[in-house]
Amino acid sequence: MTISATRDSTTAPDRPLLDVHALKIAFPSEHGVARAVDGVSFTVSRGESVCVVGESGCGKSLTALSLLRLVPPPGRIESGSRITFDGADILTLDDERLRDIRGQHMAMIFQEPMTALNPVLTVGDQIAEVLRVHTTLSRQETWARTVDMLAQVGIADAGARAKQYPHELSGGMRQRVMIAMALIMSPKLVIADEPTTALDVTIQAQILELLRDLRARTGMALLLITHDLGVVAEMASRVIVMYAGRVVEEADVEDLFAAPSHPYTEGLLAAIPKLGQEEERLQTISGSVPPPTALPSGCTFRDRCPYAFARCATEEPALLQVGSAHRARCHLVEEPARRAVRHDVVRT
Amino acid sequence: MSRRLSPAFVLMALLVAVVVAGPLLTPYAPNAQLDIIALRSQAPSLAHPFGTDAVSRDVLSRVLDGGRVSLALAILSVSLSLVVGTLYGAMSTLAGGVVDSTMRRLLDVALSIPRLLVLLAVGALWGALSFPALVLLIGFTGWFDTARLVTDELRALRAQEFSLAARAMGVRGPRLLWRHLLPHLLPTLVITASFGVAGTIALEAGLSYLGLGIQAPQASWGTILRDGAGVVQSEWWLSLFPGLATVFAVLACNALGDALRERFAPNHVPRRATSRDTAPIPMTGTTSPSAFSPSRTVRP
Repeated sequence: MTISATRDSTTAPDRPLLDVHALKIAFPSEHGVARAVDGVSFTVSRGESVCVVGESGCGKSLTALSLLRLVPPPGRIESGSRITFDGADILTLDDERLRDIRGQHMAMIFQEPMTALNPVLTVGDQIAEVLRVHTTLSRQETWARTVDMLAQVGIADAGARAKQYPHELSGGMRQRVMIAMALIMSPKLVIADEPTTALDVTIQAQILELLRDLRARTGMALLLITHDLGVVAEMASRVIVMYAGRVVEEADVEDLFAAPSHPYTEGLLAAIPKLGQEEERLQTISGSVPPPTALPSGCTFRDRCPYAFARCATEEPALLQVGSAHRARCHLVEEPARRAVRHDVVRT
Repeated sequence: MSRRLSPAFVLMALLVAVVVAGPLLTPYAPNAQLDIIALRSQAPSLAHPFGTDAVSRDVLSRVLDGGRVSLALAILSVSLSLVVGTLYGAMSTLAGGVVDSTMRRLLDVALSIPRLLVLLAVGALWGALSFPALVLLIGFTGWFDTARLVTDELRALRAQEFSLAARAMGVRGPRLLWRHLLPHLLPTLVITASFGVAGTIALEAGLSYLGLGIQAPQASWGTILRDGAGVVQSEWWLSLFPGLATVFAVLACNALGDALRERFAPNHVPRRATSRDTAPIPMTGTTSPSAFSPSRTVRP
């Protein structure tokens, strides 16, 4: 082994900041074990902006939570999974060191700030709490940094706002507070789970711009979970497309939008309304994500795939190399001629 | 909401003020036998508005003095119950897993034992109990509902997303409970306390009446009632006034509890809609039937 045994990240600057390998998350249920995330692997480099895209229920939020080892019970991360963050093995780390990482080196922005903020604590108190947990700053310093952080995320009159409760703030401001909480320790990686889904469109744009701006200033890596390809186009340098608990395509953002390889990605892109579009109806992908207890044999997408052929029912495709940084989990990569045969998917 | 709160507050303030200022309101000491021959068993008059008892003590002085004892006993023992119950609930939640479920089962067992039976048994074993011993006894037999309430509430709160968010920020278990979750319980605990005080006032009256509570010659509402027990028809004032005082105090506490619940129950804490939300806030005493508990108002 050339890699030294030490886990100090500085010894291996070229290693990715986050390395998720063969992540499997299972939920025991009455119908057997539901594998909500099944063999997901990806990496995030330092300062990189990666988007994870997929429909509701594809396992993307669960993947995000597992990075901080916060998978809600009875769900559990199965053996064989590995998550390496900044040289530390997240899944075997002792609780003490895990808490050190949470909020300090890796932080999370939740989807719905109204429920993710504690209603009985002032927003300033909640931001300050992160400092209290991770630093030994004096009360004055803690408060000063809290107010400063609130100002940095674009909240006017931050000193007064800090003393208000979440319900006294607008949705956009609450999300700014969440971002302030996540960023106050200058983490190396910020996970944002659908940070704009609960917001008005105009506020969405502001929040995305704020995130982009803060990323440029701090050099943090961003793992953005979303179902909105518009967000992807604005934020990502690399995209991971998930379907039914699996990564089905991974590519640089330009590649993905220019030449999607997986029929699912193709469908997602086709479903985006375009200006000046002639068609009257928006395109949709028929059907919905199958529940993890009732996955079809072979390719999990074949029931909804317009190109599905015999092989798809018997053999699950591997994540195949399409280009240098572009992979797709589809037999079409090996049999591109099949793409010519498109048939309607029967709605069930 | 302040309009809803004020009558109950006024009642409560009145009660506390009268009881606290008691010694200033009457010229007689509560245990002074004024004139064992001439002033024995006098009906209410201007000099003795509540009359005198069989040994010529002024009943008004005794009711006021007894009120201090009854209220102090209720408030102290309910405070003890709240502290013990909250600690138990918090520890159970914090421990989690097998310890948590064991502690919950123990709580179920404790809740299934009729409280009055325990009190009577202890009374029978030890006989006369001092005031501190009574506080401990009533306090330590009254915390089970609080513990259950706290455990249930904490469990629900821990499932909320803000708990997850706090943990994602590196907040550890004890701190999460203490700083992030317990503040949510304050309104509930205050409401529980006011109903608890009401129940305990009635309980004390009952115990003292049976001779197991406050001991003579110290006045309490229960002991005065006991003095008048055999002579309700002839010396009705011995039963009526301490009885009225007890009813008034219980009503005042219940009214306060109701008002506080009205104020806090539809609180600004957003919750996911669950069946829990439509259920009334559980109150202490509801699961330990006591012959002396006043009927409590339960909203649907």
